[in-house]
Amino acid sequence: MKYIDEFRSHDLAEKLATAITHEAATGRDYHLMEFCGGHTHAIFRYGVQDLMPPNVHFVHGPGCPVCVLPVRRLDDAVELAERHGVILCTYGDMMRVPGTKQRSLIRAKADGADIRMVYSTQDALKIARDNPDREVVFFAIGFETTTPPTAVAIVQAQREGITNFSVFCNHVLTPAAIQHILQSPEVRELGTVTIDGFLGPSHVSSVIGSQPYEFFAEEFQKPVVIAGFEPLDVMQSTLMLLRQINEQRHEVENEYTRVVKPEGNLKAQALVGDVFELRSEFEWRGLGTVPYSALKIRESYAAFDAEKRFALSEKVSREVKSCECPAILRGAKKPTDCKLFGTVCTPDNPMGSCMVSSEGACAAYWTYGRFRTNADGTAATKEAAE
Amino acid sequence: MCLALPARVISIDDGEMAVVALEGIKKRISLALVEDVSVGDYVLVHVGYALHKVSEEEAERTLALMSKAGVLSAEIEEIEGAEA
Repeated sequence: MKYIDEFRSHDLAEKLATAITHEAATGRDYHLMEFCGGHTHAIFRYGVQDLMPPNVHFVHGPGCPVCVLPVRRLDDAVELAERHGVILCTYGDMMRVPGTKQRSLIRAKADGADIRMVYSTQDALKIARDNPDREVVFFAIGFETTTPPTAVAIVQAQREGITNFSVFCNHVLTPAAIQHILQSPEVRELGTVTIDGFLGPSHVSSVIGSQPYEFFAEEFQKPVVIAGFEPLDVMQSTLMLLRQINEQRHEVENEYTRVVKPEGNLKAQALVGDVFELRSEFEWRGLGTVPYSALKIRESYAAFDAEKRFALSEKVSREVKSCECPAILRGAKKPTDCKLFGTVCTPDNPMGSCMVSSEGACAAYWTYGRFRTNADGTAATKEAAE
Repeated sequence: MCLALPARVISIDDGEMAVVALEGIKKRISLALVEDVSVGDYVLVHVGYALHKVSEEEAERTLALMSKAGVLSAEIEEIEGAEA
């Protein structure tokens, strides 16, 4: 496949690995946070980690929208489907995420709630057109990549006069989350999380461009390299980060130039700006309350805001006890540090969002079997040794 | 969730919708978020929308940059070989 195969070339990967080993031969350690779950999976799926010298560490970030959605919002979605009797449309990733008392959308569906998996906001609009006598709510989650398609649907619904369609908006913002991590006690005071630089988001950046990262690269003196999602992109970006760190630079560089422009996608940005505005704060699983980190629907489109259309009840939402998702999302723990990982919690029976999502760190560790052995071939867990 | 794949545009109808091909799979997607897309272009497809055009020129430039690291690594190997 064009633009995919060539960025998975074995020969180029070997060459890049040699260059990285050479660049990293300074005697120090390098801790690079890959913000996106997509990068975490590329690193594990293609064995990028195994091509790195032992002093280059990847710290997994919170860039998995399914993972960072707080349980409360998921409980709200279940309530919309069960109590308000709407047709709830959701991306497939959300279906199996456990809410309070492990109640997920798929369990609610099994119990009779009308919950439908959609591939696109266009599918949700079609369901609304086909069911004029039912309320149809789109459960919108995602970072800047997924927000523009939601905006298109809202504008289209208004244009077509579709009155039974609304959006339960949970769109969140990447730069706010990165800044929050850099200001967290683990990074600033406790020193339990070290971050020397960031592999910047691929497709989020195709929408917002490279400019939004300039502020914290400068303010926190951390280099950022916007990286594509293919394994060679990750390796080339790692090399660029190591060079910046070695030269004590902290700039925003762009490895993914075939898709990311400095200004981003202006048409998408204008649409998002027209439909959404900033929330003064939003709760993230793992990060807590982050100021100006999420979007809500503007007053001019209030008719399409599910939070305004339906009265959602006050509720006490709870995570599964001893699930380490929150610490894993902050980069403070690895999936293998969680006692539920691989024992009680597996993709077949997930206890936390990081094991459900195809971008979650736990799912990456489990799926590609990296938890079973250490780099030197010894068993990583007691269970694997047995 | 943020994953997106480069797919080739094979036809465009009424301006806002297009059919793309990816490894023999055809899919109808929306062009509402992009401008100046023509048949034959590669676009990044995400949840049924083209998010961005893929620049062929830049893709080649990046591959060339990666090969340069290859040249560098060959030099390193040569130096290390000479030292050994």
